[in-house]
Amino acid sequence: MFAGIAVRSLGDRANRRRCGNAAFWGLLAVSFLFGSELGDLANGVLVLALTAIGAFAMGLGSPKTTSVAQREASARARGNAIFMPALLIPAVAIAGTLTLGKLRVGGAPLADPKQVTLIALALGIIIALIAAVVRFRPPALAPVEEGRRLADAIGWAIILPQLLASLGAVFAISRVGAAVGRIATTWLPLGHPLAAVVAYCAGMALFTMVMGNAFAAFPVMTAAIGVPLIVHRFGGDPAIMGAVGMLSGFCGTLATPMAANYNIVPAALLELPDRNGVIRVQIPTAIPLLLCNIVLMYTLVFRF
Amino acid sequence: MSLWPLLGIVVLVAGFAAGINPLIVIVAAALTTGVAAGLSPLHIIAALGKAYNDSRYVSIIWLVLPVIGLLEREGLQERARMLIARVRAATVGRLLIAYLVLRQVTAALGLTSLCGQAQTVRPLIAPMAEAAAEIRMGSISSRIRYLIRAYAASADNVGAFFGEDIFIAVSSILLIKGFLQQSGYDIAPLRLSLWAIPTALMAFAIHGLRLWRLDARLKRLAREERS
Repeated sequence: MFAGIAVRSLGDRANRRRCGNAAFWGLLAVSFLFGSELGDLANGVLVLALTAIGAFAMGLGSPKTTSVAQREASARARGNAIFMPALLIPAVAIAGTLTLGKLRVGGAPLADPKQVTLIALALGIIIALIAAVVRFRPPALAPVEEGRRLADAIGWAIILPQLLASLGAVFAISRVGAAVGRIATTWLPLGHPLAAVVAYCAGMALFTMVMGNAFAAFPVMTAAIGVPLIVHRFGGDPAIMGAVGMLSGFCGTLATPMAANYNIVPAALLELPDRNGVIRVQIPTAIPLLLCNIVLMYTLVFRF
Repeated sequence: MSLWPLLGIVVLVAGFAAGINPLIVIVAAALTTGVAAGLSPLHIIAALGKAYNDSRYVSIIWLVLPVIGLLEREGLQERARMLIARVRAATVGRLLIAYLVLRQVTAALGLTSLCGQAQTVRPLIAPMAEAAAEIRMGSISSRIRYLIRAYAASADNVGAFFGEDIFIAVSSILLIKGFLQQSGYDIAPLRLSLWAIPTALMAFAIHGLRLWRLDARLKRLAREERS
């Protein structure tokens, strides 16, 4: 798909920066096709090249599409059948998630059990694409051109989720987590149960914001504050601490661009000019919800 | 253990705050943290490359672009508008509250992949919410349109995050159980799920209230823009 977009970008004379677009989508195609054959260092150079081109050298292409009037006429003519491919995606995704993990070919699982959800989603998308092409008979190049229209609108943000995952990996080998845990335990006054609960819940949220993932924050904060203080010293219930602690982390997920899958990808998919637009409307929910979690944990954890 | 690796976080926050292109900020933060932790630049670039390559699966979501593009070409958003026009009671707030309920309940039943930003929000929910606003208020400015889209995405996130932990076999519950087991506490996943319910109710109350008040807020914004 990205190779097709690259080729069409190169021929798009309306875009003054068409070489930049073609190089970006082309390198992305290389990454998806040959990424596993390239060494780590070559992949690293590829990432740096994508970053440089994405930040400085991309324009907006002008692919062929339909006008608003044509779309309204088509919407009337097609009726609700137009929803069919869109509904196929969740239908296949859920059916695939429930069944793919159990299918076995010659004793080996057909799909990697850890990636079943994503594989099912991809399957749903491909089936929906086939259904849309069969049903609506668009021109042969239309899927690529329409894909290019949306990909150009998203632009460099398309590699943001993967780049943030890479940053998380560098943070991990640089032991950023341990450093944050040390600050949390040495600099905070944790002599009172309430202080421990506040530090644990707020720490989960803040650490999740830094790492972009509550799963990375949970082991660090729970080992630093949760188990030694809330459970051992003050006699709290580990189940309540764990459940509400994780959900405090999710409040942080709502408020950080590091959780790119949930916050940046949708902003790009919805073509919001402000990449933080989704985060902005989620923060006023995240803050009161974190306070609720602190109150909930403080009132419940020492009672059960 | 040194605190210097935290410099990368400082670079990240300062870079985002200064409005520099996020790609540049992220690479700079990675280099800063890596160097502060005593890694060689080549080692850091290789680590970036390896993690980038290993996380390619997150980009599967972009496969959806040609499908959405094709359907839009055939008038998907226009049809969503016609459909929502027939439901008289539909407002942006009510529609998104209904979606929040659907998302949270299905996630609590373990059907997390039934809905999602690519599956439902972009092709269906966001166009319907925009249509509901247009029917109530006439033409809407792009600022209001973007705000509605952002709220549609937020309903999906809040519903998914604070619904899925009620389902006992979800990965976060298994992580909590696994970690507490290492620390010497054997806890049934069902107990963890039960204690996720109070927060789930609070999340629905808070976000639902904000969505309920969204209609009035949109009307006020539209009035301000006209005057």
